[in-house]
Amino acid sequence: MLTGLISPFRRTSGMARWILVSGLFITGVFIAFALFAPWIAPYDFNQQTVDGVKFDKMAPPDGDHWFGTNDQFYDVLSRVIWGARTAVEVVALSVMFSVVIGVPLGLLSGFVGGWVDRVLVFLMDSLYAMPSLLLAIVFSFLLRGPLGGGIIAAALSLTAIYIPQYYRVVRNTTVSAREATYVEAARAIGAKNGTIMGRYLFGNVIQSVPVIGTLNAADAIGTLAALGFLGLGIQPNEASEWGYDLSRALDDAAAGIWWTTVFPGMAIVLLVTGLTLVGEGLNETVNPALRKRRLRPVQLPPHEPSTYLAEKDDTRFAVGDRETVEKRDER
Amino acid sequence: MQTKPEPAVVGDDLIEMSELEVHYELRGGTLSRLLGVGAGTVKAVDGVNVTLRRGEVLGVVGESGSGKTTLGRALLGLAKSTRGTITYRKPRAGGEHPEQVVSKMSARELRELRTDLQMVFQDPHAALNPSMSIETAVGHPLKIHGIASGEELRKRVAAALERVGLSPAEQFMRKYPSDLSGGQKQRAVIARAIILDPEVLVADEPVSMLDASVRAKILQLMLDLKADLGLTYVYITHDLATAKFFCDRIAIMYLGRIVEIGPTDEIFADPKHPYTKALLKAIPEPDPHKVVPRDLPRGEIPDAASPPLGCSFHPRCPEAVAECGWESRDLRNLLEEHWTRQDPSVYESEQGLVGDLGVLDKPQKRVTIGKGADSARVRQLLDRARAENPSEPLWRGVDEVRETEDGVEVVFHKGYDPLLRPSGGVEVACVLYPEPVTPEPARPEDDRHGS
Ligand SMILES: Nc1ncnc2c1ncn2[C@@H]1O[C@H](COP(=O)(O)OP(=O)(O)O)[C@@H](O)[C@H]1O
Ligand code: SF4
Ligand SMILES: [Mg+2]
Repeated sequence: MLTGLISPFRRTSGMARWILVSGLFITGVFIAFALFAPWIAPYDFNQQTVDGVKFDKMAPPDGDHWFGTNDQFYDVLSRVIWGARTAVEVVALSVMFSVVIGVPLGLLSGFVGGWVDRVLVFLMDSLYAMPSLLLAIVFSFLLRGPLGGGIIAAALSLTAIYIPQYYRVVRNTTVSAREATYVEAARAIGAKNGTIMGRYLFGNVIQSVPVIGTLNAADAIGTLAALGFLGLGIQPNEASEWGYDLSRALDDAAAGIWWTTVFPGMAIVLLVTGLTLVGEGLNETVNPALRKRRLRPVQLPPHEPSTYLAEKDDTRFAVGDRETVEKRDER
Repeated sequence: MQTKPEPAVVGDDLIEMSELEVHYELRGGTLSRLLGVGAGTVKAVDGVNVTLRRGEVLGVVGESGSGKTTLGRALLGLAKSTRGTITYRKPRAGGEHPEQVVSKMSARELRELRTDLQMVFQDPHAALNPSMSIETAVGHPLKIHGIASGEELRKRVAAALERVGLSPAEQFMRKYPSDLSGGQKQRAVIARAIILDPEVLVADEPVSMLDASVRAKILQLMLDLKADLGLTYVYITHDLATAKFFCDRIAIMYLGRIVEIGPTDEIFADPKHPYTKALLKAIPEPDPHKVVPRDLPRGEIPDAASPPLGCSFHPRCPEAVAECGWESRDLRNLLEEHWTRQDPSVYESEQGLVGDLGVLDKPQKRVTIGKGADSARVRQLLDRARAENPSEPLWRGVDEVRETEDGVEVVFHKGYDPLLRPSGGVEVACVLYPEPVTPEPARPEDDRHGS
């Protein structure tokens, strides 16, 4: 188990390892915020008073409110930390939902083939072709009625965007894995189709799911913020959400009140960056083909003015020779 | 290699294949699919009749692409037969053998059948699920068929692993395929195949992808297992040398058909079919100082999607006679071969003379070449090609070369597609056997192109 966890580190080196480590660090900090928000955040996300005294409105950062307060009398630092919890919850749920739906669909579609496959490919391709924000907007409109404006509704609207990605990757891997000899061997020992899919294909077609998962998570943070910004995401009374805070703060920014925009904005950028780094780092370890081998730089012969050509013929020849030798070296 | 095993006690008929065909429809490009026309059919197995007897080792030998794997897969119902039947007579206590027709079985019956028929694959690495431990992989058949579970399952897996020489079993059970060597992987595959205590094992080139050093050991293991477990083998190989060591009977396959079948000793002592003779010549001599021609007869294996007319071996056959099914495509090959020996300028002018050889691509018994050209010169060209190599078997199959108004017409002799017929101690599909040349009975030569 432990070796499984550290194997991505052992398989990478240099740049890729740094990408992974720094990504994990940033993401880890936000996950810590999310898990321990009640203990880390100085106040509640919708707290306007302490000991019966109301906070100042839009107070700049000071000792009591490190990140200041906003136009709703809320403490910005607390909003940012509680916002991490919202973001992590929504993103984790949406990734989970889309994996749980997309992976089995892809597996089934790739394995069964025929018209089931064709219909699903068509549906998923159409979903994939739509602008993701538009899709999320449509779904959050649709889901607001039955589910309200909470975490679940937001997660589900994001889910719809990401299902096609898992579906496509898993389906395509399944289509090629289906022809593998070990699948035929499974048939030869009398395995049913369900067993073949579950025990023989599943483990081999989900290799790239973690990569897609983290990259999607990064994307989902942005989309969730955009929904919030448009007032379609999490409703303010349900939880603290960075995008919503940003949209409220935008008007004040013109009046020189920077802290209400900068901090939530930075949180979004940082978490997106962290998750992207993790995704790219994982990608390098999961797909070794993408790992570029370090190339030795090609040494070009020094440029010589053509007038010297006649007398320096010999040296040019030698230089040209060296170049070929080095090129051969690289292979 | 080890000593040849005692001749097995060969019992009753176990599996009977009759007129077995496995044809694959080729899917063409998008356009032909839209138009609903297939791009053709690959006749991977094309009318095979053979009976497997209990306790024997039947060798299936042929070059790659001759349909050996497909035949093995069809036996287990892994490849769907498009025609013909496979009848399995399950041996039971009390001497009764209920017949089961593999080709008519439902998915459920097929799964049931696989407790009796098992397969060992060519590439042991590909045959094991990379993400499944050896213990799980080898024990899975028992689990799937609900035969054992828990501690009992573990015990039986350990026993099977020990049986195939993976000991101590405890050590191998925890491993994954990537931890094992090629030979060890093949042992694991064999363990998985025998754990259900099957009747028949189809071994598809089980040692061809292994290091030479472990081949003999794996073959010896298979012989030991056969003796201990009373197995019947179908041993598929392209290597007659291992077949000689391993098999009681050998079937030589070429382009989806059995062209010669008989007891191993007879095949080796007196090979009849020209293809068998060629394969025998290609066996590397154990003595490295003896230089033996290693190449198989000229030419490549023809495309299984459009096999030659008549005897499908005729384009490569050194003994071919007039009746072997000569046709337009052979003429094309001959001309092209002729040109490889000419100067570019000669080639240019001759090529210009006969024009596009595409007319020869469709199998035909009479063709006209050099349309619109000076027919006398076209004829001279053919004469030159003939003079170059008068012993070329093709000319035996040319009845007539005629100058007509629009070119030179070449008429080929009527050919036959020989059936497998007894000759001496074996059966052979060649118009030369039994002697003298007796083309009948035979299928009409264009039978393969009929539908
Ligand atoms: N699943 C398939 N679909 C289409 N063609 C196939 C398939 N399997 C085998 N073939 C074709 O059938 C012929 C025989 O193949 P195979 O049985 O693998 O021969 P061998 O095992 O003797 O090398 C080949 O021409 C091969 O291309
Ligand atoms: S029928 Fe016999 S002689 Fe004629 S081509 Fe075939 S193998 Fe050769
Ligand atoms: Mg094969």
